[in-house]
Amino acid sequence: MSVRRLAAEQPQSFAFSAESEEKVQFWLKKYPEDRAASAVIPLLWLAQKQEGWVSEPAIRLIGERLGMPYIRVYEVATFYTMFNLTPVGEHLIQVCGTTPCWLRGADDLKAVCEKRIGKKGRENLSADGKFSWEEVECLGACANAPMVQIANKAGDYYYEDLTAEGLEKILDDLQAGKEIKQGPISGRHASEPTQSTVETLKDPSLYDGSRAKPITLPNSEPAKAEG
Amino acid sequence: MTQLLQDKDRIFTNLYGHHDWTLEGAKERGSWNGTKEILEMGRGWIIDQMKASGLRGRGGAGFPTGLKWSFMPREVGNRPHYLVVNADESEPGTCKDREIMRHDPQHLIEGCLIASFAMQAHKCYIYLRGEYVLERERMEAAVKQAYEAKLIGPDNIHGWDFDVYIHHGAGAYICGEETALLESLEGKKGQPRMKPPFPAGAGLYGCPTTVNNVESIAVAPTILRRGADWFASFGRPNNTGTKVFSISGHVNAPCNVEEVMSIPLKTLIETHCGGVRGGWDNLKAVIPGGSSVPLLPKEICDDVLMDFDALREHRSGLGTAAVIVMDKSTDVVKAIARISYFYKHESCGQCTPCREGTGWMWRVLERMARGEADTSEIDDLLDVAGQVEGHTICALGDAAAWPVQGLIRHFRHEIEERIANYRAGKPVFVSAAAE
Repeated sequence: MSVRRLAAEQPQSFAFSAESEEKVQFWLKKYPEDRAASAVIPLLWLAQKQEGWVSEPAIRLIGERLGMPYIRVYEVATFYTMFNLTPVGEHLIQVCGTTPCWLRGADDLKAVCEKRIGKKGRENLSADGKFSWEEVECLGACANAPMVQIANKAGDYYYEDLTAEGLEKILDDLQAGKEIKQGPISGRHASEPTQSTVETLKDPSLYDGSRAKPITLPNSEPAKAEG
Repeated sequence: MTQLLQDKDRIFTNLYGHHDWTLEGAKERGSWNGTKEILEMGRGWIIDQMKASGLRGRGGAGFPTGLKWSFMPREVGNRPHYLVVNADESEPGTCKDREIMRHDPQHLIEGCLIASFAMQAHKCYIYLRGEYVLERERMEAAVKQAYEAKLIGPDNIHGWDFDVYIHHGAGAYICGEETALLESLEGKKGQPRMKPPFPAGAGLYGCPTTVNNVESIAVAPTILRRGADWFASFGRPNNTGTKVFSISGHVNAPCNVEEVMSIPLKTLIETHCGGVRGGWDNLKAVIPGGSSVPLLPKEICDDVLMDFDALREHRSGLGTAAVIVMDKSTDVVKAIARISYFYKHESCGQCTPCREGTGWMWRVLERMARGEADTSEIDDLLDVAGQVEGHTICALGDAAAWPVQGLIRHFRHEIEERIANYRAGKPVFVSAAAE
């Protein structure tokens, strides 16, 4: 468990922008009408993507929109660790520090962040106010370790197969306002093997359309059963 | 000599995303081929085939999938049935469902339709972990394509009205536990429910629900197309099929790969991952099934098979088949301490043994990694782990205890050595790198 509290300083109000509102409607349609509370995580997330963090007025507004008591939304916002309860850097660098990434050099990435950005903690902004960083738990990209997820206006994407130098380069580019390419920086496409002694997914018959030809189901005799 | 899985028998033919992930590309590779015929065979046939295939759930617990489907009420009462897909992939080491969702999403969507039909559900929610933003965008796009092609949705070409909705979390490992996932999907904090009632009786919104892992659902269409006996021909009895293995840590080339069940661990690593860094003899230990399962020292890794039963015989488990490899340079106490920190961070706080025990175990292990402990504390640690294990609502308590128990079982001497070194003023841990 981690102790999470709302920020001491809060804005006066919160409202969804027209663009966010469209997405709110998209989410509300997914759940039965009397189960609107199901949309609470997606709506908090939309608020965060709009403002960069989840403020107390946003929590109140979402409670009203979903017919939920304020305390129930507060409970959700403080339980789930992806919600920023304080303002964060324009680029939030989330370094995975769990064992699979740690084994492959996550500490080196943390050292880069400490040197370039400063103290760990998403609320601790860099001197120029652009960055903050934190250590997060396993992000589920272990075959591409070590890696980071970067949250900013462009999205929330993964940067994988990293090295200290590779992360420095990414931070340089972000600082210079350049676009950065998500995914592995090693030249790998995804998590494919690069030193396999056998060929994997190379058989051309998998991709020539022969699998799309009509088939007879195996074990389909005797005659079709009751539906 | 093990027969490796051949390309012709791979289910996930776009696992690495080298080909077109869209509906058109997926159909070319055989998705949605004969789906209507599968549904026409009827629910009983589908469930029987799934049972006969021997498929055991791919999310970690290994419960037989066909049997799970058969637990849903036979008749639909006044409460609708739901299928919920657990795509909250968060078990450290595990990164397979991600590849399925971003590269082969139609396998999953087709599987959702078939499974829902078999359990008489007209609605399905796919719950992705919040961090999987790219994967969520991909799934939303793939679902949209399936709707537009009338493969799913109301009045679709398969004759079973069916809606799929993508949902997401916001950073909570515990939501991978099925009842915590349902709580979260209902808009609450993710704290596991007491069972019974089981989800098949009262799950999402109090309705009959089945929760399945992404991979379990995504392999179903191919199993039904190619036959239960085809799937069952891979692996040992009770451990059948193909499986996506995620290999991370100290191998020369970490990767995801679909292989046969029961493949020897050594063959898996040497064939697909370029071997252990510094060679096989540089291996120290392997966590064979994601961070929750006890680690295995090299002597066991030499010839152990990667399946449920073989790993259980060695008091570990297949879990999610996430293989975390540690070579001799590894500070194994620190590696497990970091896992303990993970469980401390992710405990939902509902049950006292887990809320207090995970933090306690982590703090003690951190001290032990530095040698700042008393040898008698090793048994204290085992005792506490035993008090957490089995005394919580969900398996997170067990999952926090097992790696610690595994460490003490196989590496007690290392902890003792550190304590002795610390007391003697010697360096506590010296890396034995083979470079």
